[in-house]
Amino acid sequence: MLSVTNVSASYGRVPAISDICIEVGEGEAVGLLGANGAGKSSTLRAISGLIKLTAGSVTFGGINTKGMPPYKITELGIAHVPEGRQVFPELTVRENLEIGAYLPGPKAQRQRSLDRVFTIFPVLAKRQKQLAGTMSGGEQQMVAVGRGLMLMPRLLILDEPSLGLSPVMADLTFEKIHEIHTSGTAILLVEQNVSRALTLVDRAYVLEGGRVIMNGSSIELANNKQVQASYLGI
Amino acid sequence: MLVTVAQALINGLLIGGIYALVSIGVTLIFGVVKVVNFAQGEIVMAGMYTSYFCATLLGIDPLVSLLISMPALFIVGVCLQHFLIRRVLKLGDMPQIFLTFALSLLLTNVALLLFKADYRTIQTSYSDTAIHIGPVYIAVAKLIAFGVAMLLSALLWVFLRTTDLGKAMRASAQNPEVSMLMGINPDLVFAVAVGLALALAGAAGSLLMPFYPAYPMVGQVFILMAFVAVVLGTLGNVTGALIASLMMGVAESLGIQFVGADSGLIVVFVMFLVTLIIRPNGLFGGKRR
Repeated sequence: MLSVTNVSASYGRVPAISDICIEVGEGEAVGLLGANGAGKSSTLRAISGLIKLTAGSVTFGGINTKGMPPYKITELGIAHVPEGRQVFPELTVRENLEIGAYLPGPKAQRQRSLDRVFTIFPVLAKRQKQLAGTMSGGEQQMVAVGRGLMLMPRLLILDEPSLGLSPVMADLTFEKIHEIHTSGTAILLVEQNVSRALTLVDRAYVLEGGRVIMNGSSIELANNKQVQASYLGI
Repeated sequence: MLVTVAQALINGLLIGGIYALVSIGVTLIFGVVKVVNFAQGEIVMAGMYTSYFCATLLGIDPLVSLLISMPALFIVGVCLQHFLIRRVLKLGDMPQIFLTFALSLLLTNVALLLFKADYRTIQTSYSDTAIHIGPVYIAVAKLIAFGVAMLLSALLWVFLRTTDLGKAMRASAQNPEVSMLMGINPDLVFAVAVGLALALAGAAGSLLMPFYPAYPMVGQVFILMAFVAVVLGTLGNVTGALIASLMMGVAESLGIQFVGADSGLIVVFVMFLVTLIIRPNGLFGGKRR
Protein backbone atom coordinates (compact mmCIF):
# COMPACT_ATOMS: atom_id res chain seq x y z
CA MET A 1 0.00 0.00 0.00
CA LEU A 2 2.79 2.43 0.97
CA SER A 3 6.02 2.14 -0.95
CA VAL A 4 8.97 4.34 -0.13
CA THR A 5 11.59 3.72 -2.77
CA ASN A 6 15.19 4.98 -2.56
CA VAL A 7 14.07 8.20 -0.92
CA SER A 8 16.51 10.93 0.06
CA ALA A 9 15.65 14.25 1.61
CA SER A 10 17.48 17.11 3.25
CA TYR A 11 16.99 20.22 5.31
CA GLY A 12 18.63 22.90 3.21
CA ARG A 13 22.04 21.45 2.49
CA VAL A 14 22.05 19.09 5.44
CA PRO A 15 21.06 15.61 4.29
CA ALA A 16 18.53 14.02 6.63
CA ILE A 17 17.83 10.65 5.04
CA SER A 18 19.31 8.83 2.09
CA ASP A 19 18.21 5.91 -0.01
CA ILE A 20 15.39 4.83 2.29
CA CYS A 21 13.19 1.92 1.19
CA ILE A 22 10.12 1.03 3.21
CA GLU A 23 6.98 -0.98 2.49
CA VAL A 24 3.78 -1.04 4.50
CA GLY A 25 1.04 -3.44 3.41
CA GLU A 26 -2.71 -3.12 3.89
CA GLY A 27 -3.57 -3.52 7.58
CA GLU A 28 0.04 -4.14 8.57
CA ALA A 29 1.83 -2.70 11.61
CA VAL A 30 5.38 -1.67 10.78
CA GLY A 31 7.99 -0.10 13.04
CA LEU A 32 10.64 2.46 12.24
CA LEU A 33 13.25 2.19 14.94
CA GLY A 34 16.50 3.85 15.79
CA ALA A 35 18.21 6.37 18.01
CA ASN A 36 17.59 10.09 18.21
CA GLY A 37 18.58 11.76 14.94
CA ALA A 38 18.62 8.54 12.93
CA GLY A 39 16.18 10.04 10.43
CA LYS A 40 12.94 8.45 11.62
CA SER A 41 10.90 11.64 11.80
CA SER A 42 12.42 12.90 8.56
CA THR A 43 11.29 9.72 6.83
CA LEU A 44 7.76 10.31 8.08
CA ARG A 45 7.88 13.94 7.00
CA ALA A 46 9.00 12.86 3.55
CA ILE A 47 6.07 10.46 3.33
CA SER A 48 3.48 13.07 4.28
CA GLY A 49 5.01 15.76 2.09
CA LEU A 50 6.28 18.06 4.83
CA ILE A 51 9.78 17.92 3.35
CA LYS A 52 10.61 17.60 -0.31
CA LEU A 53 12.32 14.52 -1.67
CA THR A 54 15.67 15.06 -3.32
CA ALA A 55 15.61 11.56 -4.79
CA GLY A 56 13.41 8.49 -4.93
CA SER A 57 9.65 8.20 -4.83
CA VAL A 58 6.74 7.63 -2.46
CA THR A 59 3.63 5.89 -3.71
CA PHE A 60 0.48 5.26 -1.70
CA GLY A 61 -2.25 2.99 -3.01
CA GLY A 62 -0.51 3.07 -6.38
CA ILE A 63 -0.45 6.88 -6.56
CA ASN A 64 2.89 8.65 -6.76
CA THR A 65 2.85 11.58 -4.34
CA LYS A 66 5.51 13.52 -6.22
CA GLY A 67 4.78 17.24 -6.15
CA MET A 68 1.70 16.84 -3.95
CA PRO A 69 1.35 19.26 -1.02
CA PRO A 70 0.77 17.65 2.40
CA TYR A 71 -2.96 18.40 2.39
CA LYS A 72 -3.37 16.44 -0.86
CA ILE A 73 -1.36 13.50 0.45
CA THR A 74 -3.65 13.47 3.51
CA GLU A 75 -6.58 13.03 1.14
CA LEU A 76 -5.11 9.73 -0.06
CA GLY A 77 -5.79 8.26 3.38
CA ILE A 78 -2.65 8.92 5.38
CA ALA A 79 -3.01 10.34 8.89
CA HIS A 80 0.29 11.56 10.30
CA VAL A 81 0.25 12.09 14.07
CA PRO A 82 3.34 14.25 14.50
CA GLU A 83 6.02 14.06 17.15
CA GLY A 84 5.29 15.96 20.34
CA ARG A 85 1.52 15.55 19.88
CA GLN A 86 0.97 19.06 18.54
CA VAL A 87 -2.70 19.35 19.29
CA PHE A 88 -4.28 22.71 18.49
CA PRO A 89 -3.90 24.12 22.01
CA GLU A 90 -6.60 26.78 21.86
CA LEU A 91 -9.19 24.59 20.24
CA THR A 92 -11.35 22.39 22.44
CA VAL A 93 -10.92 18.63 22.40
CA ARG A 94 -14.09 18.37 20.37
CA GLU A 95 -12.90 20.99 17.86
CA ASN A 96 -9.55 19.23 17.52
CA LEU A 97 -11.37 16.03 16.64
CA GLU A 98 -13.77 17.80 14.28
CA ILE A 99 -10.85 19.37 12.43
CA GLY A 100 -9.50 15.84 11.97
CA ALA A 101 -12.57 15.17 9.85
CA TYR A 102 -12.25 18.37 7.82
CA LEU A 103 -12.03 16.68 4.41
CA PRO A 104 -15.36 15.90 2.69
CA GLY A 105 -15.04 12.09 2.89
CA PRO A 106 -14.27 11.91 6.61
CA LYS A 107 -16.72 14.75 7.29
CA ALA A 108 -19.63 12.67 6.00
CA GLN A 109 -18.75 10.06 8.66
CA ARG A 110 -17.88 12.56 11.38
CA GLN A 111 -20.39 11.40 13.99
CA ARG A 112 -19.51 7.75 13.54
CA SER A 113 -15.80 8.53 13.80
CA LEU A 114 -16.40 10.60 16.93
CA ASP A 115 -18.25 7.70 18.50
CA ARG A 116 -15.38 5.40 17.62
CA VAL A 117 -12.75 7.75 19.08
CA PHE A 118 -14.82 8.17 22.26
CA THR A 119 -15.10 4.40 22.55
CA ILE A 120 -11.34 4.00 22.30
CA PHE A 121 -10.57 7.03 24.50
CA PRO A 122 -13.52 7.44 26.89
CA VAL A 123 -11.76 10.27 28.73
CA LEU A 124 -12.00 12.45 25.61
CA ALA A 125 -15.79 12.16 25.64
CA LYS A 126 -15.82 13.62 29.13
CA ARG A 127 -13.35 16.39 28.26
CA GLN A 128 -14.90 17.48 24.95
CA LYS A 129 -15.19 21.14 25.92
CA GLN A 130 -11.76 21.47 27.50
CA LEU A 131 -9.06 23.40 25.62
CA ALA A 132 -6.63 20.78 24.34
CA GLY A 133 -3.62 22.83 25.45
CA THR A 134 -4.68 22.54 29.09
CA MET A 135 -4.65 18.73 29.16
CA SER A 136 -1.90 16.46 30.43
CA GLY A 137 0.68 15.05 28.00
CA GLY A 138 -0.97 11.64 27.89
CA GLU A 139 -4.39 13.11 27.27
CA GLN A 140 -3.01 15.35 24.53
CA GLN A 141 -1.54 12.24 22.92
CA MET A 142 -5.02 10.70 22.94
CA VAL A 143 -6.39 13.85 21.28
CA ALA A 144 -3.65 13.70 18.65
CA VAL A 145 -4.24 10.01 17.90
CA GLY A 146 -8.00 10.50 17.99
CA ARG A 147 -7.69 13.45 15.61
CA GLY A 148 -5.73 11.20 13.26
CA LEU A 149 -8.43 8.52 13.43
CA MET A 150 -11.09 11.08 12.51
CA LEU A 151 -9.53 11.09 9.04
CA MET A 152 -10.52 7.42 8.72
CA PRO A 153 -7.04 6.71 7.43
CA ARG A 154 -5.88 3.58 5.65
CA LEU A 155 -2.49 4.26 7.21
CA LEU A 156 -1.95 5.81 10.62
CA ILE A 157 1.55 7.22 11.08
CA LEU A 158 2.57 7.66 14.71
CA ASP A 159 5.73 9.57 15.57
CA GLU A 160 7.00 8.76 19.08
CA PRO A 161 3.57 8.40 20.69
CA SER A 162 5.11 7.48 24.07
CA LEU A 163 7.55 10.40 24.19
CA GLY A 164 7.38 12.24 27.49
CA LEU A 165 4.61 10.08 28.91
CA SER A 166 4.66 8.37 32.28
CA PRO A 167 5.21 4.60 32.06
CA VAL A 168 1.56 4.00 32.91
CA MET A 169 0.39 6.42 30.22
CA ALA A 170 2.85 4.94 27.72
CA ASP A 171 1.48 1.45 28.42
CA LEU A 172 -2.05 2.70 27.90
CA THR A 173 -1.06 4.42 24.65
CA PHE A 174 0.54 1.25 23.28
CA GLU A 175 -2.55 -0.71 24.29
CA LYS A 176 -4.74 1.71 22.35
CA ILE A 177 -2.47 1.59 19.31
CA HIS A 178 -2.74 -2.20 19.38
CA GLU A 179 -6.51 -1.90 19.57
CA ILE A 180 -6.57 0.47 16.57
CA HIS A 181 -4.36 -1.88 14.58
CA THR A 182 -6.47 -4.96 15.31
CA SER A 183 -9.51 -3.08 14.05
CA GLY A 184 -7.88 -3.01 10.61
CA THR A 185 -5.91 0.23 10.29
CA ALA A 186 -2.35 -0.09 9.00
CA ILE A 187 0.19 1.52 11.29
CA LEU A 188 3.65 2.94 10.75
CA LEU A 189 5.15 3.48 14.18
CA VAL A 190 8.27 5.44 15.03
CA GLU A 191 9.61 4.67 18.49
CA GLN A 192 12.73 5.08 20.55
CA ASN A 193 11.37 2.53 22.97
CA VAL A 194 12.46 -0.35 20.76
CA SER A 195 11.52 -3.23 23.03
CA ARG A 196 7.96 -1.94 23.44
CA ALA A 197 7.63 -1.19 19.74
CA LEU A 198 8.70 -4.71 18.78
CA THR A 199 5.85 -6.19 20.82
CA LEU A 200 3.39 -4.14 18.80
CA VAL A 201 4.53 -4.33 15.18
CA ASP A 202 4.75 -7.22 12.73
CA ARG A 203 7.93 -6.00 11.06
CA ALA A 204 10.37 -3.17 11.55
CA TYR A 205 13.13 -1.18 9.90
CA VAL A 206 16.15 0.01 11.86
CA LEU A 207 17.56 3.40 10.89
CA GLU A 208 20.99 4.77 11.61
CA GLY A 209 22.60 7.91 10.18
CA GLY A 210 19.67 8.48 7.84
CA ARG A 211 19.81 5.01 6.30
CA VAL A 212 18.00 1.72 6.77
CA ILE A 213 20.62 -0.59 8.21
CA MET A 214 18.42 -3.57 8.95
CA ASN A 215 14.91 -4.86 8.57
CA GLY A 216 13.01 -7.96 9.48
CA SER A 217 10.18 -9.42 11.51
CA SER A 218 9.82 -8.35 15.11
CA ILE A 219 11.04 -11.72 16.32
CA GLU A 220 14.12 -11.65 14.10
CA LEU A 221 15.03 -8.18 15.25
CA ALA A 222 14.38 -8.93 18.92
CA ASN A 223 16.82 -11.84 18.65
CA ASN A 224 19.40 -9.96 16.62
CA LYS A 225 22.62 -9.42 18.57
CA GLN A 226 23.28 -5.97 17.11
CA VAL A 227 19.75 -4.78 17.90
CA GLN A 228 19.99 -6.24 21.38
CA ALA A 229 23.28 -4.47 22.02
CA SER A 230 22.38 -1.11 20.48
CA TYR A 231 18.73 -0.68 21.39
CA LEU A 232 17.57 -3.25 23.86
CA GLY A 233 20.39 -2.96 26.35
CA ILE A 234 20.89 -6.69 26.53
CA MET B 1 -19.44 66.69 35.43
CA LEU B 2 -21.24 63.36 35.44
CA VAL B 3 -23.00 64.31 32.22
CA THR B 4 -19.70 65.23 30.58
CA VAL B 5 -18.19 61.91 31.58
CA ALA B 6 -21.21 60.01 30.33
CA GLN B 7 -21.13 61.92 27.06
CA ALA B 8 -17.40 61.23 26.59
CA LEU B 9 -17.88 57.55 27.42
CA ILE B 10 -20.62 57.16 24.85
CA ASN B 11 -18.73 59.03 22.12
CA GLY B 12 -15.63 56.97 22.82
CA LEU B 13 -17.46 53.68 22.83
CA LEU B 14 -19.15 54.47 19.50
CA ILE B 15 -15.93 55.40 17.68
CA GLY B 16 -14.25 52.43 19.39
CA GLY B 17 -16.60 50.19 17.41
CA ILE B 18 -15.07 51.50 14.20
CA TYR B 19 -11.54 51.04 15.54
CA ALA B 20 -12.55 47.48 16.32
CA LEU B 21 -13.44 46.67 12.71
CA VAL B 22 -9.99 47.83 11.61
CA SER B 23 -8.03 46.18 14.39
CA ILE B 24 -9.91 42.87 14.14
CA GLY B 25 -8.81 42.73 10.50
CA VAL B 26 -5.20 43.44 11.38
CA THR B 27 -5.17 40.85 14.15
CA LEU B 28 -6.91 38.26 11.96
CA ILE B 29 -4.30 38.61 9.21
CA PHE B 30 -1.49 38.57 11.74
CA GLY B 31 -2.91 35.59 13.62
CA VAL B 32 -3.56 33.43 10.58
CA VAL B 33 -1.10 34.54 7.89
CA LYS B 34 1.55 35.94 10.31
CA VAL B 35 1.90 39.13 8.29
CA VAL B 36 1.43 42.69 9.54
CA ASN B 37 -0.77 44.55 7.09
CA PHE B 38 0.32 48.18 7.15
CA ALA B 39 -2.14 48.94 4.37
CA GLN B 40 -5.23 48.17 6.45
CA GLY B 41 -5.87 51.90 7.00
CA GLU B 42 -5.82 52.51 3.26
CA ILE B 43 -8.44 49.80 2.87
CA VAL B 44 -10.64 51.85 5.21
CA MET B 45 -9.95 54.79 2.92
CA ALA B 46 -10.93 52.68 -0.10
CA GLY B 47 -14.17 51.74 1.66
CA MET B 48 -14.86 55.42 2.36
CA TYR B 49 -14.33 56.47 -1.25
CA THR B 50 -16.44 53.56 -2.47
CA SER B 51 -19.34 54.74 -0.35
CA TYR B 52 -18.63 58.39 -1.18
CA PHE B 53 -18.94 57.79 -4.90
CA CYS B 54 -21.88 55.44 -4.49
CA ALA B 55 -23.63 58.27 -2.63
CA THR B 56 -22.67 61.19 -4.88
CA LEU B 57 -22.88 59.46 -8.26
CA LEU B 58 -25.56 56.86 -7.70
CA GLY B 59 -27.42 58.23 -4.71
CA ILE B 60 -26.86 55.08 -2.67
CA ASP B 61 -26.87 55.46 1.12
CA PRO B 62 -23.56 54.41 2.77
CA LEU B 63 -25.38 51.80 4.83
CA VAL B 64 -26.49 50.21 1.58
CA SER B 65 -23.17 50.64 -0.23
CA LEU B 66 -21.68 48.61 2.61
CA LEU B 67 -23.03 45.72 0.57
CA ILE B 68 -20.81 46.86 -2.29
CA SER B 69 -17.65 47.85 -0.43
CA MET B 70 -17.49 44.68 1.67
CA PRO B 71 -17.66 42.09 -1.13
CA ALA B 72 -15.46 44.25 -3.38
CA LEU B 73 -12.76 44.48 -0.74
CA PHE B 74 -13.15 40.80 0.13
CA ILE B 75 -12.18 40.05 -3.46
CA VAL B 76 -9.33 42.57 -3.28
CA GLY B 77 -8.14 40.77 -0.14
CA VAL B 78 -8.24 37.34 -1.77
CA CYS B 79 -6.24 38.72 -4.71
CA LEU B 80 -3.81 40.54 -2.39
CA GLN B 81 -3.09 37.28 -0.58
CA HIS B 82 -2.95 35.14 -3.68
CA PHE B 83 -0.85 37.36 -5.92
CA LEU B 84 1.31 39.30 -3.46
CA ILE B 85 1.47 38.19 0.17
CA ARG B 86 1.67 34.47 -0.68
CA ARG B 87 4.85 35.12 -2.63
CA VAL B 88 6.70 36.71 0.28
CA LEU B 89 5.51 34.39 3.05
CA LYS B 90 8.67 32.31 3.10
CA LEU B 91 11.03 35.27 2.75
CA GLY B 92 10.89 36.47 6.35
CA ASP B 93 9.70 39.64 8.04
CA MET B 94 11.41 42.35 6.01
CA PRO B 95 9.99 41.59 2.56
CA GLN B 96 6.55 41.22 4.15
CA ILE B 97 6.83 44.59 5.89
CA PHE B 98 8.08 46.24 2.71
CA LEU B 99 5.24 44.73 0.71
CA THR B 100 2.36 45.90 2.86
CA PHE B 101 4.02 49.22 3.70
CA ALA B 102 4.62 49.87 0.01
CA LEU B 103 1.01 49.01 -0.67
CA SER B 104 -0.03 51.56 1.93
CA LEU B 105 2.08 54.29 0.30
CA LEU B 106 0.90 53.31 -3.15
CA LEU B 107 -2.79 53.42 -2.25
CA THR B 108 -2.44 56.77 -0.48
CA ASN B 109 -0.67 58.31 -3.44
CA VAL B 110 -3.02 56.85 -6.01
CA ALA B 111 -5.88 58.34 -4.00
CA LEU B 112 -4.07 61.69 -3.90
CA LEU B 113 -3.62 61.56 -7.65
CA LEU B 114 -7.21 60.58 -8.40
CA PHE B 115 -9.14 62.45 -5.72
CA LYS B 116 -6.78 65.30 -4.63
CA ALA B 117 -6.26 66.01 -0.95
CA ASP B 118 -9.78 67.42 -0.54
CA TYR B 119 -11.91 66.44 2.42
CA ARG B 120 -15.07 64.90 1.05
CA THR B 121 -18.20 64.47 3.08
CA ILE B 122 -21.68 63.28 2.31
CA GLN B 123 -24.90 64.28 3.88
CA THR B 124 -27.38 61.58 4.81
CA SER B 125 -30.83 61.99 6.29
CA TYR B 126 -29.45 60.83 9.64
CA SER B 127 -26.09 62.64 9.54
CA ASP B 128 -27.19 65.43 11.87
CA THR B 129 -29.84 63.68 13.93
CA ALA B 130 -29.29 62.65 17.50
CA ILE B 131 -31.13 60.82 20.21
CA HIS B 132 -31.36 62.66 23.51
CA ILE B 133 -31.35 60.68 26.72
CA GLY B 134 -31.71 63.32 29.37
CA PRO B 135 -28.80 65.71 28.91
CA VAL B 136 -26.75 63.16 26.97
CA TYR B 137 -27.07 63.00 23.21
CA ILE B 138 -26.17 60.14 20.89
CA ALA B 139 -25.47 60.84 17.22
CA VAL B 140 -27.60 58.48 15.15
CA ALA B 141 -24.99 57.94 12.43
CA LYS B 142 -22.41 56.91 15.03
CA LEU B 143 -24.90 54.70 16.82
CA ILE B 144 -25.73 52.90 13.59
CA ALA B 145 -22.03 52.55 12.76
CA PHE B 146 -21.37 51.10 16.20
CA GLY B 147 -24.31 48.71 15.96
CA VAL B 148 -23.30 47.40 12.54
CA ALA B 149 -19.65 47.14 13.65
CA MET B 150 -20.64 45.02 16.65
CA LEU B 151 -22.92 42.89 14.47
CA LEU B 152 -20.13 42.23 11.95
CA SER B 153 -17.68 41.42 14.76
CA ALA B 154 -20.19 38.99 16.22
CA LEU B 155 -20.71 37.38 12.81
CA LEU B 156 -16.95 36.90 12.44
CA TRP B 157 -16.83 35.35 15.90
CA VAL B 158 -19.64 32.95 15.01
CA PHE B 159 -17.88 32.11 11.74
CA LEU B 160 -14.62 31.31 13.55
CA ARG B 161 -16.36 29.25 16.25
CA THR B 162 -18.99 27.28 14.39
CA THR B 163 -18.03 26.72 10.76
CA ASP B 164 -15.50 24.17 9.55
CA LEU B 165 -13.65 26.82 7.58
CA GLY B 166 -13.56 29.05 10.67
CA LYS B 167 -12.20 26.23 12.82
CA ALA B 168 -9.69 25.41 10.09
CA MET B 169 -8.62 29.06 10.18
CA ARG B 170 -8.03 28.93 13.93
CA ALA B 171 -6.22 25.61 13.59
CA SER B 172 -4.02 27.04 10.83
CA ALA B 173 -3.21 30.06 13.00
CA GLN B 174 -2.16 27.82 15.88
CA ASN B 175 -0.14 25.29 13.90
CA PRO B 176 0.02 25.69 10.11
CA GLU B 177 2.06 22.57 9.51
CA VAL B 178 -0.17 20.20 11.45
CA SER B 179 -3.28 21.78 9.95
CA MET B 180 -1.99 20.69 6.54
CA LEU B 181 -1.81 17.14 7.89
CA MET B 182 -5.57 17.46 8.53
CA GLY B 183 -6.09 18.14 4.82
CA ILE B 184 -6.44 21.91 5.25
CA ASN B 185 -5.18 23.93 2.30
CA PRO B 186 -3.37 26.92 3.82
CA ASP B 187 -3.62 28.97 0.60
CA LEU B 188 -7.42 28.81 0.79
CA VAL B 189 -7.60 29.58 4.50
CA PHE B 190 -5.14 32.48 4.21
CA ALA B 191 -6.98 34.00 1.24
CA VAL B 192 -10.30 33.88 3.08
CA ALA B 193 -8.72 35.39 6.20
CA VAL B 194 -7.24 38.33 4.29
CA GLY B 195 -10.48 38.73 2.34
CA LEU B 196 -12.53 38.90 5.54
CA ALA B 197 -10.07 41.32 7.13
CA LEU B 198 -10.27 43.69 4.18
CA ALA B 199 -14.05 43.38 4.02
CA LEU B 200 -14.24 44.48 7.68
CA ALA B 201 -11.95 47.46 7.00
CA GLY B 202 -14.10 48.35 4.00
CA ALA B 203 -17.18 48.17 6.21
CA ALA B 204 -15.48 50.53 8.64
CA GLY B 205 -14.97 52.98 5.77
CA SER B 206 -18.58 52.83 4.65
CA LEU B 207 -19.88 53.20 8.20
CA LEU B 208 -17.65 56.25 8.80
CA MET B 209 -18.79 58.09 5.70
CA PRO B 210 -22.00 59.67 7.13
CA PHE B 211 -20.05 61.47 9.88
CA TYR B 212 -16.36 61.45 8.93
CA PRO B 213 -14.62 63.06 5.94
CA ALA B 214 -12.83 60.96 3.33
CA TYR B 215 -9.34 62.06 2.29
CA PRO B 216 -6.32 60.15 0.99
CA MET B 217 -4.44 60.09 4.32
CA VAL B 218 -7.43 59.16 6.47
CA GLY B 219 -6.13 55.61 6.88
CA GLN B 220 -3.29 56.78 9.13
CA VAL B 221 -5.72 57.73 11.88
CA PHE B 222 -7.15 54.26 11.94
CA ILE B 223 -4.06 52.14 11.38
CA LEU B 224 -2.33 53.75 14.34
CA MET B 225 -5.27 52.96 16.61
CA ALA B 226 -5.54 49.48 15.13
CA PHE B 227 -1.91 48.62 15.85
CA VAL B 228 -2.19 49.77 19.44
CA ALA B 229 -5.43 47.81 19.85
CA VAL B 230 -3.92 44.69 18.32
CA VAL B 231 -0.96 44.74 20.70
CA LEU B 232 -3.06 45.78 23.68
CA GLY B 233 -5.57 43.01 22.98
CA THR B 234 -2.78 40.43 22.43
CA LEU B 235 -1.55 39.70 18.91
CA GLY B 236 -3.85 37.42 16.95
CA ASN B 237 -6.69 37.58 19.49
CA VAL B 238 -9.89 38.75 17.78
CA THR B 239 -11.92 39.24 20.97
CA GLY B 240 -8.94 40.98 22.54
CA ALA B 241 -8.68 43.43 19.65
CA LEU B 242 -12.39 44.19 19.95
CA ILE B 243 -12.27 44.93 23.67
CA ALA B 244 -9.00 46.88 23.39
CA SER B 245 -10.48 49.00 20.58
CA LEU B 246 -13.50 49.92 22.67
CA MET B 247 -11.23 50.78 25.61
CA MET B 248 -9.08 52.96 23.39
CA GLY B 249 -12.07 54.78 21.94
CA VAL B 250 -13.19 55.58 25.48
CA ALA B 251 -9.67 56.58 26.61
CA GLU B 252 -9.24 58.84 23.61
CA SER B 253 -12.60 60.47 24.16
CA LEU B 254 -11.97 61.04 27.88
CA GLY B 255 -8.56 62.49 26.98
CA ILE B 256 -10.09 64.93 24.52
CA GLN B 257 -12.68 65.93 27.09
CA PHE B 258 -10.49 66.32 30.15
CA VAL B 259 -6.90 66.81 28.97
CA GLY B 260 -7.30 68.79 25.79
CA ALA B 261 -8.66 68.59 22.28
CA ASP B 262 -5.31 67.41 20.90
CA SER B 263 -4.50 65.11 23.79
CA GLY B 264 -6.79 62.16 23.16
CA LEU B 265 -3.94 60.04 21.86
CA ILE B 266 -1.77 60.87 24.85
CA VAL B 267 -4.25 59.19 27.15
CA VAL B 268 -4.49 56.22 24.78
CA PHE B 269 -0.73 55.77 24.74
CA VAL B 270 -0.33 56.19 28.48
CA MET B 271 -2.94 53.48 28.95
CA PHE B 272 -1.12 51.37 26.36
CA LEU B 273 2.30 51.73 28.00
CA VAL B 274 1.00 51.08 31.50
CA THR B 275 -0.79 47.96 30.29
CA LEU B 276 2.32 46.68 28.55
CA ILE B 277 4.43 47.22 31.66
CA ILE B 278 1.97 45.17 33.70
CA ARG B 279 1.08 42.65 31.00
CA PRO B 280 3.76 42.50 28.29
CA ASN B 281 1.72 40.07 26.20
CA GLY B 282 -1.32 42.33 26.14
CA LEU B 283 -4.52 42.05 28.12
CA PHE B 284 -5.32 38.53 27.00
CA GLY B 285 -1.83 37.07 26.72
CA GLY B 286 -1.49 33.90 28.72
CA LYS B 287 1.82 32.42 29.74
CA ARG B 288 1.80 29.88 26.98
CA ARG B 289 3.12 32.03 24.14
